[in-house]
This record gives sequence, C-alpha cells and structure tokens, in this order.
Amino acid sequence: MDIQTLEATARQVRRDIITMTAAAGAGHPGGSLSSTEAMVALYFDVMNVDPKDDKNPDRDRFVLSKGHSAPALYGTLCERGYFGREEFDHFRQLHGILQGHPDTKKCPGVDASTGSLGQGISIAVGMALGAKHTGNKCHVYTIIGDGESQEGLVWEASMAAAHYKLDNLTVILDHNGLQIDGSNDEVMSLGDIKAKALAFGYDVIEVADGNDMKQVLDALHAPACKGKPRYIILNTLKGKGVSFMEGQVGWHGKAPNAEQAAQALKELEG
Amino acid sequence: MEKKAVRVAYGEALVKLGEENGKVVVLDADLAGATMTNAFKKAYPDRFYDCGIAEANMVDIAAGMSTMGLIPFCSTFAVFAGRNYDQIRNGVCYPKFNVKFGFSHAGITLGEDGGSHQAIEDLALMRVLPGMTVFVPSDANECYQCVEAAAKIDGPVYIRTARLATPVYDPRPFTVGKGDVIRDGSDCVIFTCGIMLEHTLEAVDVLAGKGVNAALVSFHTLKPFDEELALSYTAKCKKVFTVEEHSVIGGLGDAVASAVIGHGVEKFMKIGINDVFGQSGKPLDLLKEYELTGPQIAEKILKNL
Repeated sequence: MDIQTLEATARQVRRDIITMTAAAGAGHPGGSLSSTEAMVALYFDVMNVDPKDDKNPDRDRFVLSKGHSAPALYGTLCERGYFGREEFDHFRQLHGILQGHPDTKKCPGVDASTGSLGQGISIAVGMALGAKHTGNKCHVYTIIGDGESQEGLVWEASMAAAHYKLDNLTVILDHNGLQIDGSNDEVMSLGDIKAKALAFGYDVIEVADGNDMKQVLDALHAPACKGKPRYIILNTLKGKGVSFMEGQVGWHGKAPNAEQAAQALKELEG
Repeated sequence: MEKKAVRVAYGEALVKLGEENGKVVVLDADLAGATMTNAFKKAYPDRFYDCGIAEANMVDIAAGMSTMGLIPFCSTFAVFAGRNYDQIRNGVCYPKFNVKFGFSHAGITLGEDGGSHQAIEDLALMRVLPGMTVFVPSDANECYQCVEAAAKIDGPVYIRTARLATPVYDPRPFTVGKGDVIRDGSDCVIFTCGIMLEHTLEAVDVLAGKGVNAALVSFHTLKPFDEELALSYTAKCKKVFTVEEHSVIGGLGDAVASAVIGHGVEKFMKIGINDVFGQSGKPLDLLKEYELTGPQIAEKILKNL
C-alpha cells in the first residue's frame, strides 16, 4: 500500500481514537496516538491477515502488550474491516466487544487478552515458540511500552526469545518517554534501552521518528536476522497529532471532553 | 502397601499422555528433577521446554503456545502459584486458554525446605478463578486419571501433587467433578482430598474402634465440586468434618461449607492448617505438629461429635 494511503489511514485511526475515548468519557488517548503508525503499518502493509478469515492458523499474529492503547488497535481493526464503526459507541460499555483492554474472547482480530503489563510480550514469545514447534511459518509482532519495560517479565520474555532463537518474533517499543506518574526518567529510568536490548540478544533497529510512516515501514520490512528476535525502537511522541495532547503526560489515561474532541478532530482532518 | 509420590505419577502420566497425544508439550522452570517432568524430557526432548527460573514467563509462554494448537503442561512448585498468579489469571484463565498446571510439593508434607516453600494457599487461589478446573489427586492412580482428564478438558486445569511417597490404592472409577465414597457410615461424615486420604482412613478405623461409624468421602475434583454428593452425605450424617493439607480458609472445607450450609448441618468443623505458615521438619513430624495424623483427626472428631 502506498505511503499516502497509509498516512491517511493513520489519520482516520487517530480520529477514531478521539471519537471512541470522547464517547466513552474514558480510555488512553496518549499512548494510542503514539503507536498509531506502527499498528496501521502492521495491519495494512506488513502482516499477512484477512479479516474475513480471522482464525486462519497461518495468519501472522499481533499482541498489543501495552493493552491500554486499545483505542489505536480498535481503530486499526475497524478500518481494516474486522468490525463496523458502530462498535465505537460501545467502547468500554456493558456488553461491548471493545473492552477497556483487548479481549480475545470478545473482539475479532485480537489474539491475546492484554492489559496486565509485561504479559503480552511473554505470550508473544510463546506464540513464536509454538509456531516454530508446529512448523507454522507465521510471524509474531508485539508492541510494548517504555513504562511497561519496567516490568521484570519483559526481560524474562526477552531472555527466552533469544534463548529459543525466535527470529519469527518482532518486538516493537513505543518509546514515547512518558508514563502515568511522569517521564520514564522521573519514575524509573530505562537507562540505555538500546544497549539493554542488544545485550539481551535482540537484533535491534532504532527508528528516529516512530511517527513517520516511511521510517516505520522500512524498519518493519527489514529482512529478519537469522536466529535472533527483532527489537524495533520507535521514538514516538505521546499524543501525536493533537496539539494539546502532544508530549503531555496528563493525556495518558484521560478522555477529551466534547469541546476538546471537536478541536482534536479538526486538527486531524485531511 | 505400595507407596509412590503423586508427583512421580504425574511425571509417568505425562510420558503416557505424550505417547498418545502429539499436541502435548511440557514446560518447566528448572525443577524437572523435582516435579518429575524429567521423565517426559527424556522421552520427548523436542517437546520439552525449560523456561529457566522464571515461573511467570513460563505461564505466559504456555499461554502463547496454546494459541498455536498445542496443549502445554506447566510444572513447578505449588508455592509459586502465588508468584505467577497474575499470569494464570490474566494470561490463561481470562482468555480461557488451554493450559494445564501440574504444581507439585504442595502442603506441609513438602517437609524440610520449610514454610517458605510449603503451599497452604494454592487451592484457594485456584478455586476462585472462573473456568479453572481444580484437581487434587489422592494417590498415584488418581493422578494418572487426573492428567488424562486434564488433556481432554478445553481450558485451564490445575493439578496439585505432593512430594511425599504415599499409599497407592486400587484404582476407582473416575469422573471429573464427582467425589468417591470410600467408606459408608452414618454417625458423621469426613470429607477429604489429596494425600489426607491415608490419614482420614486411619481416623475412620480409630473412630470405629470407639463405636463411631464414620463415612469417608474423597474429592479428586475441588472445582467443579460435587455438591450433590456432599449434600447427600450431610443429609445422612448431619455431623460434617473436612480434612485437608491446606489452609482451612479457601480450600476443601470452604467448598463443602458453601455446598451444605443451610441443609440441616448439626455440626461443622474444618480440619487443616489453621491460618498459619508451616516450618521445616520431617513430613510425618509436621503432620503431627499440625495435628493431621489419623489418631489426631479421630480425637478432634470425637471431641466435637
């Protein structure tokens, strides 16, 4: 798919994120907006998936380890054709398929239930190991957060990914630098995350602007490194695309009111 | 009487299962020589995954593997049911993934390693999870049956096994969720599970010697629980005693209590670990210390009849 179309899709997903969170009066817009390019690139250009055949065993798998960025995933899945826009009205609502955090039992296209941080990457490692075991040629992608990387389980999973030589696994770090209580450095510094990923045995690609569709695509399409799991650092901007949310820690888990939503949607036109 | 640790039977059962079902894979966290999965490792090295000393990661790896059509059995010590509880809850039970947990060295009869390693709370933790099947085999034969049944259940299953070598009884017919009447009786009923079967059998004999005709019912499945059988023996005997190698909070005793409350119970007493942690010691000395030997159980029942 051409870059312009993908960028337009990312803009639409951003509008979906605003629409959804505003309607629900809750949700996590900040980290959804920072990871939008990655999810759109995966579902529209990189992964072998088909919404009409969403249980096909050979499909590529995606696990949103930072499950609170569900609005970006739901927007992407909707635009890709997994379900209709009417589901947005029921985001975070009773009996809705779009739960506060992704639920594989309820939402088509969701391969693991996530939200308890650290677990998604570990489940993705299990999927990649299971794929190797069964001879399934699929590739497994997971997006983790930088705040999430404070969870020890992320590193247990990373150690196992390298140990089992999972070159069918791509871990994508949405590195927007912010978490609920402040910046990563204020809360619990990640240190040299690239050096850490390398030391854990990943083949690492760092993307200077993780909200630049071309740069994201180049990284995701880079040929696999035999015998090594891939780790892509996306340097992103929390709240990307909405001027008053960009780089603001306060928009981690707060929905825009009607007026703010209208302004955000206006900024995301075109 | 032949003795065999339930955990040894677990290892043997996995080997047999592996032979019959190619989808079965076994995961351990550097305890294969203790959980007895080393038998499976030897038989099927390419279907055995050591996850290192990282129990939480093991459970989520199993969750991921189950989505690829495999049937993973995770094995570690029962005391780590707490350590990887979030993974069991959110990674496996919430999405109802097809992962089995064979956790060994449960209860105080773990012995010398002490209270830090003696799980007295695992059944409470597992019972409360929606969709979880909870097995507590009483001997080697029942463990074979539990492992075989676990592989046929589409969803999470917990199997609690013990370290100590205990008597192997003649195999009984096995149905998931059904209890077994070991001894019929009418003066009181003892409900038990797991390796306390040996000690409750002794208690029944002691009671018989004192003229008390006690019924004994053993449950290999704590969830789904055989409420019907618990109710019928409660109606018959009126005086109810539960015996388990687990905290009196949240285990068999509470499963029975939930089932029989308000149904004509004249006396109800839970016998188990009384809300305390264990300590180092020889298994049989520990059973004595916590008043769980046959004669001690009988004495408690006599006092409270």
